[in-house]
Amino acid sequence: MAVHAGVEHETAESPGGHRGPVVVIGARHGLLELGLAELWSRRELMYFFVWRDLKIRYRQTVFGAAWAVVQPVLLMLIFTATVGRLPNVGPAGVPYPLFAFAGLVPWTLFSASLVGASNSMVNAAGIITKVYFPRLLLPFSAVGSFLIDFVIAMVVLGLLMLYFGVMPSVAIVWLPLFTLVALVTALGVGTWLAAINVRYRDVKYAVPFLVQAWMFASPVIYTSELIPKEWQWLYALNPMTGVLEGFRWALLGGQRPDELIFVSAAASVLVFMSSLVYFRHAEQTFADVI
Amino acid sequence: MTDIAIKATGLSKRYKIGLRKDPYGRLTEALWSSVTRSFRHKSEPRPSDEFWALRDVSFEVTRGSVVGIIGRNGAGKSTLLKILSRITEPTTGRAELHGRVGSLLEVGTGFHPELSGRENVLLSGAILGMKRAEIARKFDEILAFADIGQFIDTPVKRYSSGMQVRLGFAVAAFLEPEILFIDEVLAVGDVAFQEKCLGKMNEVAGRGRTVMFVSHNMGAITTLCPMSIWLDEGKVRAMGKSVEIVPQYVRDAGRDLSLGEVTIDSDERREAEVTRVRILSASGEVMPIGECSDSLTIEMLVNVRRRLPGLYAYLEVRLPDSTTVLMSDSTDTDPNPLDGLSVGRHVVTATIPARSLGPGKYDVYVNLTGIAGHEFNVHSPDVVGSFRLHDSKTLRGDARPGFFSTLMEWRTTEAR
Repeated sequence: MAVHAGVEHETAESPGGHRGPVVVIGARHGLLELGLAELWSRRELMYFFVWRDLKIRYRQTVFGAAWAVVQPVLLMLIFTATVGRLPNVGPAGVPYPLFAFAGLVPWTLFSASLVGASNSMVNAAGIITKVYFPRLLLPFSAVGSFLIDFVIAMVVLGLLMLYFGVMPSVAIVWLPLFTLVALVTALGVGTWLAAINVRYRDVKYAVPFLVQAWMFASPVIYTSELIPKEWQWLYALNPMTGVLEGFRWALLGGQRPDELIFVSAAASVLVFMSSLVYFRHAEQTFADVI
Repeated sequence: MTDIAIKATGLSKRYKIGLRKDPYGRLTEALWSSVTRSFRHKSEPRPSDEFWALRDVSFEVTRGSVVGIIGRNGAGKSTLLKILSRITEPTTGRAELHGRVGSLLEVGTGFHPELSGRENVLLSGAILGMKRAEIARKFDEILAFADIGQFIDTPVKRYSSGMQVRLGFAVAAFLEPEILFIDEVLAVGDVAFQEKCLGKMNEVAGRGRTVMFVSHNMGAITTLCPMSIWLDEGKVRAMGKSVEIVPQYVRDAGRDLSLGEVTIDSDERREAEVTRVRILSASGEVMPIGECSDSLTIEMLVNVRRRLPGLYAYLEVRLPDSTTVLMSDSTDTDPNPLDGLSVGRHVVTATIPARSLGPGKYDVYVNLTGIAGHEFNVHSPDVVGSFRLHDSKTLRGDARPGFFSTLMEWRTTEAR
């Protein structure tokens, strides 16, 4: 007998001592149940998504992976020729091209990851409506492929430092931490936007503007010393302030921007955690509205 | 002892119709309505804006069984599979699934046109839930099943649609979940490949896996699924043995081409025409599925507007690839019963004798015409239906190859 007539056949030993996993559908989960264990169990899929993005990104292009450095290098040249001529725009003792490039490299990682993550759900509409997997994998894996671009750009940054004769101190060990904060921030904001994008395609138009405005609101091409002291705390609430100042401190030396880093890291974690909660909440209707 | 693999209790799914019509809501509207809502007493949902795709569906499926889900378009079959495979959440109700779940709602899920066949096998396998080691282990088998030869390193955007389907199904065929949900995916692909896939699925079911299978192909349902659930307007209409449920459903569903009855539009200008064709079982039921050991009757409703000397009908029984396996003219019967048929409506039947055609799927082609020298305006309805024959009374059964199911006489005599 395969199909019982309704639910009245409920037997006490229903699951029958089976050892496999049990999935319960329709049971509401708690606000802070983020399903991270499930995410971890499907980490291989994340690897495949990243692998796919890398395979596709530079297919049928002439310059291939060189595009990973073309953009920050060109921006660096433009800013050096324009903004770089202004007085006090960069800190004393650091050549402006190096200063700008050391800001543009982490910024490019951040902005590309943010844009990638916020489009990740809509771009995957085809599979979201056809197969289940933890949806959070999508914004997470969207970030992965840009890390490779980042590594390539870092090599160019290293060459630039050699050219200007700037040697990093032991502070360089902190570099991965600042990179991580940049990624967590991009993921946090990107995950928020990815979830909103499913329902409101306004996000598609808002994101390019957001990224552009955010760049000028962050110390990418100018030093945060330009901001008056009494406004520094507000400025630090932008997580990228701490990231960029910290990143440059770890590579090029100078004053260690302690408070800036703490405030920024805290803001970053807050955005990230809230995005996970919101995403889990919105996830329930993704397949119906995407 | 019952060992339950799937247990659904009161599953319901509501869609907001406005939402479906305009899925890309606008942010301003949402913000505005959240403002206005706070000024209203309560935002009572207007019932006309809602649509219940599924309503209070409960059932249990034991481990290792293969269950068909049947019903008309919009009956909620796909919604049920989407809920069970966790793509969307039910509005109310719950379901328990005991075991690793896999679903196959389309062929080639996650394929990227820029990637090669080889790369897409890896990607699609991972998306459908296979581990990397598992894909690596089965890779050669998958490629052999897909049978696309040297194109394996070509981007799939250059594949023919048939090749894409083969590759997509090959990946899916090697999924090894304990519970598998399959939507109508066999409707694509050529006949030979469909048969191969059905065979693979039989193999799958034989290994103690629980399968739920949506199809409009009643032949596939009766062959593959001992049990069926019939959904109608989002509710369970009936469930039980497929051999009982499917005929009920077929009778209810009426005039679908694949369901044994088709109605053809009438045209005043024709002097004689076929207005309805039905496929009848030996017991006289409208039924597109029959037994080799029973006769099967093709019934035509013929409307004669003018008495026509020399009028005759013919029909062909064809394989899905259009090979004619049987042809018969009404002139085979002497005298031709259609010759000079009186004005009015007539039921014309032609019976295929028991144990003539082999098991398989057949299309029916009918035509009305006149013998040479008697030209008039009649009618060629073309292919008007199809049926499937099963051979369940012999040991060889449905595995019998060839065109016939004729039983030969075997005997032994003492050798001298």
